[in-house]
Amino acid sequence: MNNLIKGEKHDWEMVIGLEIHAQVKSNSKLFSSSSTKFGSSPNSQVSLVDAAMPGMLPVINKYCVEQAIKTGVGLNAKINNYSVFDRKNYFYADLPQGYQISQYKYPIVGEGKVTIDFKDGTSKDIRIVRLHLEQDAGKSLHDQNPSKTYVDLNRSGVALMEIVSEPDIRTPDEAGMYISKIRSILMYLDTCDGNMQEGSLRADVNISVRKPGDEYGTRCEIKNLNSIKFIKQAINYEAKRQIEILESGGSIEQNTMLFNTSTGKTRPMRNKEEAHDYRYFPDPDLLPLEISKEEIGKIKSSIPELPDELKNKFIETYKLSNYDASVLTAEKQTSDYFNETINSDPELKNHAKIVVNWITSELFSLLNKNNQDLNNSPVSPENLGQLIKLISTNEISGKIAKDVLEDMFSSGKTARQIVDEKGLQQVTDQGEIAKVIDEVIAENPKIVEQYLAGKDKLLGFFVGQAMKLTKGKANPKMLNDILKQKLNKKN
Amino acid sequence: MKIDKNTINKIARLSRIKLDDKESEDYIKDLNSILDWVEQLNEVNTENVEPLSNISSSILPQREDISNDTNSSEEILENAPDKLEGFFAVPKVVE
Repeated sequence: MNNLIKGEKHDWEMVIGLEIHAQVKSNSKLFSSSSTKFGSSPNSQVSLVDAAMPGMLPVINKYCVEQAIKTGVGLNAKINNYSVFDRKNYFYADLPQGYQISQYKYPIVGEGKVTIDFKDGTSKDIRIVRLHLEQDAGKSLHDQNPSKTYVDLNRSGVALMEIVSEPDIRTPDEAGMYISKIRSILMYLDTCDGNMQEGSLRADVNISVRKPGDEYGTRCEIKNLNSIKFIKQAINYEAKRQIEILESGGSIEQNTMLFNTSTGKTRPMRNKEEAHDYRYFPDPDLLPLEISKEEIGKIKSSIPELPDELKNKFIETYKLSNYDASVLTAEKQTSDYFNETINSDPELKNHAKIVVNWITSELFSLLNKNNQDLNNSPVSPENLGQLIKLISTNEISGKIAKDVLEDMFSSGKTARQIVDEKGLQQVTDQGEIAKVIDEVIAENPKIVEQYLAGKDKLLGFFVGQAMKLTKGKANPKMLNDILKQKLNKKN
Repeated sequence: MKIDKNTINKIARLSRIKLDDKESEDYIKDLNSILDWVEQLNEVNTENVEPLSNISSSILPQREDISNDTNSSEEILENAPDKLEGFFAVPKVVE
């Protein structure tokens, strides 16, 4: 695969690192008992701690700590027995404390890695630098009034896990695959709901370009991207912008950029004079966080099966390809659905590949078309299993099965019901098929002549005619075989 | 390390505090005397001594993940100089 961008004099390579902010799925905030529910009326979930009233003290949420550790284990990372909360100081209207409680020098989770899988069967490791716990800020609305900004502090103080990668990513697609993989791991672990639209998962992208083999170039950071599509768009635009500057003899200024989702362009957010000076220091309100080996061990043993383990299990048990297995395990609901389908009938275990195809292409496209989710699919795993069994036992053809699935989807009936009601059983009676073929041959003497004269392609015509007469129900393989036999006899 | 006028102005700006000339002179003096005292501590040999992060040897208290369902809106906005439909209204900040 070629990951380079063609330039005027030489090719360019992108160097990309991601900082992912994942909201911890918890009932209450990181340092207060306010609710974390999304979409409540403004400022209704703000405790005196969140509003930074004088004299209020933060008390850490034990569950959030456990979720961070769990996530660290899922990222194959080192869990630190000792970590410290620091104050990151800056002034903004949606940050009442005037500082964000974060972790700087001593994060709760250290180095780890995740693996991304490509379509061609290869895979690549992306290294993780760290994961730390921090507070989210409030929300500002800038576009409601020409001279005012409106602030809602409901989100302020909600626990975030910031996951920082090494600059191991080389293309926009890899960036997309990496964040999808992180999202998948978080959702299997149930430590974050993964909802990018509601902002539960968002990313800052660091990007620079270089001549392959050179040192890293100067990077820019694009802030707060909340969809995989935007991440790819922003990277593409920003890389092109940097290459244009470098090729015209300029140099890149290290900058924080914003991505405009309607124009697809990036622009600098803060200029140099206003560059932030966070003045990190340990928060005197909080003691260091110490976690015992026993606690870590306890959490480790509670970890559910993760996508990579499940993937390997699928490859081994069902002889699936690496790519098929990774598509199947990317989302927990898909792997659950597959498991339920394939376990609904002992016969299906020998037809795993067919099961994968019917889920990931036929069922997914129907769900997409109808804007529905696998979680509330009108076709249950058992019913899909029944349909696939009908195909594997040659009771109906694959082509007819597609129509049956559509019918199942809209009517809620089972495959069996539909096949029986409509009489869709495949015709596998040799005599019956032969009779139809005789009819077709008798009706088209000219075409038979042409075929026998060497126009092999005309075989398709006979197949089509015979299928038409059987309403598509003739077993295709038998039809083909008998047809050839009969035509060749004429010779 | 010495605090000069530039540093004091920078700290004041980062803290959103306005200082007149007299005040900044006073703060320069105050802060420098604090720093001098810290310098004195530097004279102690701390080689091979682990940094002390906790003098009480108590551990970080943790709470269970239970949320309260009180609606805070009225109380939280009580002191706000300006508000609209449950939001704080502040001078426009756009980045």
